Amino acid sequence: MMPDETPQQASRWAGARFALPLGAFLALAILLGVGLGLNPREVPSPLVGKSAPHFELPQLHRTGENFSEKDMRGKVWMLNVWASWCAACREEHPVLVALAKSGALPIVGLNYKDKREDGIAWLARFGDPYQLSAYDEKGKVGIDYGVYGVPETYVIDKQGVIRYKRIGIVTPDIVKNKILPMVSELNREK
Amino acid sequence: MKNKLIMVSLLVAVAMPGMASEAQPTATNVALEKRVMALAEELRCLVCQNQTIADSNAPLAIDLKNQVREKLAAGMSERDIIDYMVARYGDFVLYRPPVKATTMLLWFGPPLLLMLGLWLFLRTVLRRRAGAMAPLSAAEQTRAHALLDDKENGRP
Repeated sequence: MMPDETPQQASRWAGARFALPLGAFLALAILLGVGLGLNPREVPSPLVGKSAPHFELPQLHRTGENFSEKDMRGKVWMLNVWASWCAACREEHPVLVALAKSGALPIVGLNYKDKREDGIAWLARFGDPYQLSAYDEKGKVGIDYGVYGVPETYVIDKQGVIRYKRIGIVTPDIVKNKILPMVSELNREK
Repeated sequence: MKNKLIMVSLLVAVAMPGMASEAQPTATNVALEKRVMALAEELRCLVCQNQTIADSNAPLAIDLKNQVREKLAAGMSERDIIDYMVARYGDFVLYRPPVKATTMLLWFGPPLLLMLGLWLFLRTVLRRRAGAMAPLSAAEQTRAHALLDDKENGRP
């Protein structure tokens, strides 16, 4: 206590002494609380806004034919990375089937590190929302697209630029509030 | 003696495939492997995020290590490969993130907090020490007297 402080001033000091640590504690608690709510798997992708990396892969069904991202030039389309071994893909699948049925945009699959017959059987069993699937047996194209958790989804514009990336399941909410508005906007672009 | 010889040669024959199964690393292989591992120590495994791809056996980590090996063998420099990875996975793939405007808090936050803590600690200690010596103010003196008098007189 300072020599010329009155008791009132002293009690104000004591108040600050409680308020400061309490405030600091609350700030830290809020910071950590928000941190807990974030998903550490959602790493911001440096690919959004860049040209989709070039690739050329055999198709899953028509083994003799190749697919390249260049085949989709001039279209707004979706690239969805999936695999028959991926449990989350099954959860996502009905959403993609519904989206494909709506005809909002063509969906191309990238069958990632899968066995060809497993991939084909999986689509036969659960329905095939894809215009076609490219077959990335070794996962090399996956690396070029920064894939690390299947499923991953990209929306690519007419110029071949990645405009949106989703790591993890595409939910009906994301389709309705994010993808569909974006697609109709991108379709208006030249 | 003859029997022993047969035994030994049989044992050798049995052990042979075991020895042969692993390719003998050549000198260039060893050097390359060293560079691969050194680089792998710098890259984060995105599936198991607190491990480097050198430590991890996740399929993606193995793929990325193979990618690193392939690119080094093809003559790309360490710098090129780091850039290649960052272009695909972002700064997050670096186990030691670069110092940038967005990572200032990450790099300098902890030392800053430490300094703040030290300052608070020193301030408190010095103040307490000074406080113990400081004479009472006039107001405090009278208040102290009043309290002491009360006690001496046995009043509450």
